[in-house]
Parts: sequence; structure tokens; C-alpha cells
Amino acid sequence: MSNTADHADSHSSLVVDNKKLLMWLFLGSDCMFFGTLISTHLIYRKLYPDSFEPTTLFSLELTSFSTFILLMSSFLMALAVSAMHKGQLKSFRRNTLGVIFFGLIFLGCQVYEFAHFVHEDLTLQTNTFGSTFYMMTGTHGVHVAIGIFWLICMYFYSHTGKMDAHESAVDVEVAGLYWHFVDIVWIVIFTAVYLVEFIPEI
Amino acid sequence: MSHTETEIPTPKTNPTQEPEVLKAERSNLGMLRPDHNKSVIIDWLTTVDHKKIGIMYGAIALFFLLVGGLEALIIRTQLAVPENDLISAQRYNQLFTMHGTTMIFLAVMPLNAAFFNFLVPLQIGARDVAFPRINSLSLWTFVAGAIVINFGWLLQALEVMGLFEAKGATAGMTDLVPAGGWFGYAPLTSTDFSGAGTDFWIMGLQILGIASLSASMNFIVTIINMRAPGMKMMRLPVFTWMTLVTSLLIVFAFPAITVALGQLMFDRVWNTNFFNVAGGGQPILWQHLFWIFGHPEVYILVLPAMGMISEVLPTFSKKPLFGYSIVVFSGAVIGFLGFAVWSHHMFTTGLGKVATAAFSLLTMAIAVPTGVKIFNWVGTLWGGRVRFSAPMIFALGFVWMFMMGGFSGIMHAAAPADAQQQDSYFVIAHFHYVIMGGIFLALVSGIYYWMPKVFGKMWVGNLSTWVAVLVVVGLNVTFFPMHFLGLLGMPRRTHTYLEGFGWETYNMVCTIGAYVLAVGILLLLVDMVRCIRKGTPAGNDPWNARTLEWSTTSPPQAYNFAKTPVIPARDALWEHKYGPENRRITYEEDHGHGVHMPSQSWMPLIASIGFIPLGLGMSMMQAGVPFMGYVAIFGLVVVCVGLALWALEGPGGYHLHPEEG
Repeated sequence: MSNTADHADSHSSLVVDNKKLLMWLFLGSDCMFFGTLISTHLIYRKLYPDSFEPTTLFSLELTSFSTFILLMSSFLMALAVSAMHKGQLKSFRRNTLGVIFFGLIFLGCQVYEFAHFVHEDLTLQTNTFGSTFYMMTGTHGVHVAIGIFWLICMYFYSHTGKMDAHESAVDVEVAGLYWHFVDIVWIVIFTAVYLVEFIPEI
Repeated sequence: MSHTETEIPTPKTNPTQEPEVLKAERSNLGMLRPDHNKSVIIDWLTTVDHKKIGIMYGAIALFFLLVGGLEALIIRTQLAVPENDLISAQRYNQLFTMHGTTMIFLAVMPLNAAFFNFLVPLQIGARDVAFPRINSLSLWTFVAGAIVINFGWLLQALEVMGLFEAKGATAGMTDLVPAGGWFGYAPLTSTDFSGAGTDFWIMGLQILGIASLSASMNFIVTIINMRAPGMKMMRLPVFTWMTLVTSLLIVFAFPAITVALGQLMFDRVWNTNFFNVAGGGQPILWQHLFWIFGHPEVYILVLPAMGMISEVLPTFSKKPLFGYSIVVFSGAVIGFLGFAVWSHHMFTTGLGKVATAAFSLLTMAIAVPTGVKIFNWVGTLWGGRVRFSAPMIFALGFVWMFMMGGFSGIMHAAAPADAQQQDSYFVIAHFHYVIMGGIFLALVSGIYYWMPKVFGKMWVGNLSTWVAVLVVVGLNVTFFPMHFLGLLGMPRRTHTYLEGFGWETYNMVCTIGAYVLAVGILLLLVDMVRCIRKGTPAGNDPWNARTLEWSTTSPPQAYNFAKTPVIPARDALWEHKYGPENRRITYEEDHGHGVHMPSQSWMPLIASIGFIPLGLGMSMMQAGVPFMGYVAIFGLVVVCVGLALWALEGPGGYHLHPEEG
């Protein structure tokens, strides 16, 4: 309380910070958002089991690699949050750059994957699989891109000297919540959309 | 009015002096903040005050109530006699689509939002909402969405006047107004069957969704985090509780329609296959996604109304709400079950016996918490000292009329009966009893109850009685015969009908009723204007009310409460006035640092304005109008620049030092 005693809006009844609670609510909403996209994909996949054979197209090696990269970026994100809490600005910057770098690798993999699929004649228009697949993974890619943009802004902001240990730690934590969520969504997509396709004869 | 002699500290200083003392500061970007601006317009455009935002929400919502009402009157006039040719079938489709869309998204939801905004911080003893600038963004984004969704009407008007023609570069701009019904069933909304209007509808609804989502998240954080000391969850006024439940419904229900509208947009712009039957798409998917949003939406509309009733009835019965906790719990159960009944809109689509039975049972189950609420309201009245003031008359009207809508709702819940009633006027009768007879009467009750708090003026005369008579008679004359019309087989959404089905008299009666209703609503507006212009000062607590908002001045000062109240009990003000000594409201010492006020900001307005070119550009891009992609990108850039400057300008803020009386 002592830090923010001059703010009338600080008589929180709960320990969760306003910004963090807002992010949690956004993520709850986003859960429903991705839930709808993923279920659309799965419903059409089940409805037309023979219209398309994704295993010939999917490269499990590439996607596993990008999934691993995204997971590791979450690890770095956690380190960045922890560094900010301790007020270690240099460590925060190093880890944030790592997150950005890994995020870009993931996006690069996705761009490569999309280009490859389009080259193999799977487009948005080809069939329902194409429509649902690109919209779902594309939306996730946009989420990752927004996260990267956010972290780049934070990286540069950390050089202005305006980051104070208390408030900015919360800001970084909120960005971290978002990043971890995007990561978790990818794990669901990776499992439900990629991996299950490789189970022989369910 | 003899009960205002309480020891509640009210500011004695003249509030108009303060802005002259305070000077606007510079933001972190070095720009002058629009605080303490002498221009009234700039002050309202950049305001972050929840009360001003609430008033603007209310004014815009009432405007769209009139627009939607006018659309309804044209519909009813067309249907007054058989084989009428007042308007074309196409125009009729546009009118019922925009009537539904306008009433739900631009009239009732923002009118609810007006009450949320104005009341929730006052009811929980907060200085403002948790994120004042996001609140401002919600308001202006709502306005942007309303403009985009109604843009077709403007083009249509220009076309009628001969100033706009769909040829050359704008050849794709036909069918300018949405005409696919408010639930826009696929494949009616595909490019094969509809034109530019559907694109405005898609983009408009998406933008309205952003407004609703940001507002809801803001309110949830406000209610959970910003309560005054002692204001435990189970001491919250029921209206605040219902705001919380409604906001949670919005947060979890809107993503479904966001995705559905996105898929529809992809189908229209990029020829994807989501609802495109030729490509394997299933139109039924749209129905599922729409109603997963659409049914919670019904409760998004009605729960705030129930909250208002739960405030008005105890005040005018001089009794606490009967069974407070069970009323709150029932509201939460309604919200929860609201997610599990969407398929009752789709009984005739052939879901299969098990699914139909399950949804039928769940729909009947939702009548239980609703019934619990009704009984608790009746229990509140029972043995109370009932005063028939204007808010009470409308609240009692709500209980009665809403029950009528509920009864026909139970009839729909039975799948075999629903199969007969589907798409007939019986359905129209049902949901208009819920929305007009229920929600609208509750909103009018809320207007009569809280207007003295909003403007500090008391109602003059007893015009409210005439409003009540005309509205209640009007809506019953309009909608009750529709039950019979439905049972006689008249289908909804037909622009005319032939003689000889026995529908003529009923339709004529409905039309007459609609005009009576319209007169009633106009009288309501007259009464509101009279109240604002000629009303006598209301005082803090004109109704001898129970909740915290009545403990502050009418209208409340910008800072709401000079000192943070400490809440010892539920019905805080009532206990303060009449309860034992240990249940008085006490006030926290502020140790001289005053009330922290948020700075006003241009950025939410700028970001919201960007949604207009973004929405219009995306819509017209589909119709093949050149350069519209760039317009959309321009809009997106404006949104992003607004948000970026918002982040960089810093929250700012200043302190007020209200002197205590």
C-alpha cells in the first residue's frame, strides 16, 4: 500500500492487481475464442474424415521443433518476469530479447509451413480443412506477433529509464501471462490438430 | 424527503471553483492534457468520468431506441392491412433486421451500460471504474460500431435522393442495408444472397463486440477490486451483482460470435468454406455459434433489468429484499445455465432426440431460478409499506409482464410445442413480452428511480402515470394478439399476407397498439426533458432509499465520495439511517492528500475513431470498391497510434481536496 497510497483507486479488496485481473479476464475470453476456432476445425475434420489427409502434408519434425522453441520462449519469459521483480534490468533485457528471438523463430516456421502447404495446394479455399486450419493457426500466429510487438516495445521502453521496479514488474508480468497463454494454446493446437492425425486407426 | 437529516459528509465547497484553481498538466509525451478544459465539448469528448460516460451511453441509447422504434412502426404500418404495398419486401427485410439489431445492440445493451457506468462505482463506494480510459474507449468504440452498422441507411438515403448509385467503381455496393435478420443465418448472408449491407453488419457487430468486451472486463475488475472497505461481496447491492454476472456472460459469450462473424467475413471476402455449402460448409455451424452467443445475450439483456427491480421493490416496499442471497445466487445460476440452452433456438433443425430432450429439460430448468426471483420479489412486497411512486409502478409492471413472457417461454421449452410455434408470430409475442414487457419496463423504472440522482432534479407532475398506462396498454395491445396470430399460423418475417386467414383483425389491433406504445415512449421522453429543465432539487435521497449511491450528492461530484466510506452492513444507507449505532457508515481519514482523480485523455477517442475507417474500409473492400483496403489499413493505423500514445502518455492524475461539511 505504501507505494500507491496516494492513489484513491488502490483500496483493493483482493490481492490481484487490477491490470493482472484484466489480463486474466481477457485470457478467459480468449479461451472461448480459441475454443470456438479449434472446435470448428475438429468438427469439420470429423465430418469429412476422408476429404483430406493431413499426415502427408504435416511435418511432425518441423512442428515439434517450433513447439519446443515456443515452450523455451515461455521459460525465458518466466526468467524475464522474475528478473524484473528483482529489479535486474539487464537480465530482464537479455531474457526479453531471447523471448523475442524465439518467438520470431516460431513465426518463421509458421510462415515456412504455410508457404509449403500453399505450394502443395492447400489454400483457404481448397476445402473446409484449409479454411479452418489456416484461420485457427493464423489467428494464433497473429497472437504471437502481437506478443512479440508488445515485448519489443517493452524492451525499448526499458531503455528510457522510466521503468520503475514496482509498476513495471506488474506490466511485465501481464505481458508474461499473455505470452504463456499463447504458448498453452499452441500446445493444445499441436496436440489436437497435429499429433492426433498421426495416431494410426483410432 | 424527511429522512435526509443524516451525518453524511457532503462537500460544501462550490465545485465550479475547483477547475480554476487546477491547471492542466503535461503528459509523459509533453502534450497538454485535456483536464480542466473550459470547452464543454472537449470536456465531454475526453472525459474519463464514469458518470458523464454513463449519461452519454444513455443519451445515445435513447436515440437508437427511437430509431429502432421508428423501424418497428414502419413494419407495423406495412402489416396493418393485407396485401399492403407501403414498402417493398426488400425494405421490409432491411427494417426487421435493423430493428432487431438496433434494439438489442444499440438500445438495450447501451442503456444497461449507462446504468452500469453511472451506478456501479457509486454503489460500491469507489471513486471511478478500475480503468477510466478503457471506459472512455468502450463508449466511443460503441459509437463507431453504431455508425458502421447504420452506414448502409445513409447510403440508402443518398441513393433514394439520387446522390449515390451503384455503378462503376461502386458497382458492388448493392443491397446496402443488412437484411438477413438479426441472427443473420447462413447461407442467407453469403455473397450469393446478400450485398454490402451484410458487410456493414459484420464489421459493425465486431466493433460493438470490442466495446462490450472492454467495458465488461473493466466492470468485473471494478466490482472485484474497487469496493470500499467493508463492502463484502454479499453486501453488494443486487444491481451491482447482476452487473458482475452480466459482464461475465459478455466476456465468455462474445468470443463465439466474434469467431462466427470472422468466419463469415472470410467466406465473403476470401471465398473460404465455413458456411459455403458447395465447399462442404455447414450452415448449421453458424446457428450453433450464433446461439452459443445469442442465448447468453438474452440474459445479458435481462439480468441488469432484474437487478434494477431488486433495487426498486425493496425501496418502495420499505423492506429489505426478501432472500437477498438466493436472489443473487439465482442470478448467477441463470447466467451459468444460460450457456447450456442455446439449442432450444434450433429444435426444428433435427438435432436428434437426445440433444433435443437435454436442451428442452435444461431450458425448463432455467425457469426455476427465474421463478425463485419472481417469488422473492413478491415476498419483498408482502407485508411491505408499498408506495406507488413512478419507479414502483413500472417495477410492478415488469414483474407481471415479464412473467407473461416467461410463461410462453416455458411453452417453447417443450420441443413438440416449439415445433408448431417455430418462426411464427407466437415467438415474436414471446420475446417482445420479455424485452418490452420485461426489460424495457425495468429500464423505465430505473430511469424514474435514478434520474433524480443523475441530474439532481426531481420529477414534476404525474406524467409518469400516463406513460405507464400508455406503455403497458400499448405493449399488451401490440403483442398479446400476436400469440393468436402465431397459433393461427402467421409466419414471422413476411412483408405481407393474403386476406382470408383470419389474421386481418389481429394485425390491425397490433398496429394500433404499436402507435399507442409509441405515444407512451414519446411521453416518457417529454417527462425526462421536463424533469431536467423544470425539476426541483432532488436532495441526496429523495426516495428514502437503501443503497450507497443515495448517500452522496445529487448529482454526485466528480470524485463521488469526499472520503472513502466504510461499509458495515448490507443496505448500507438504510442501516445508516435507521439501524443500530454500530451499523453507521463511517469515513476513512484521507490524511490531507485528497481524492486522486484520473486525467482526461484524447487517446481513447482517437483510437475509437480509427474503427470507423477500419470497419467501413473492410466492408466496402468486399464489394470491390477501389482503395478500400488502404482505408481499412489507415483505420488500423489510427487505432494503433491511439493505443500507443495512450500507453506512452501515462495515466497522469491530480488531487482534489473537497472540504467537509
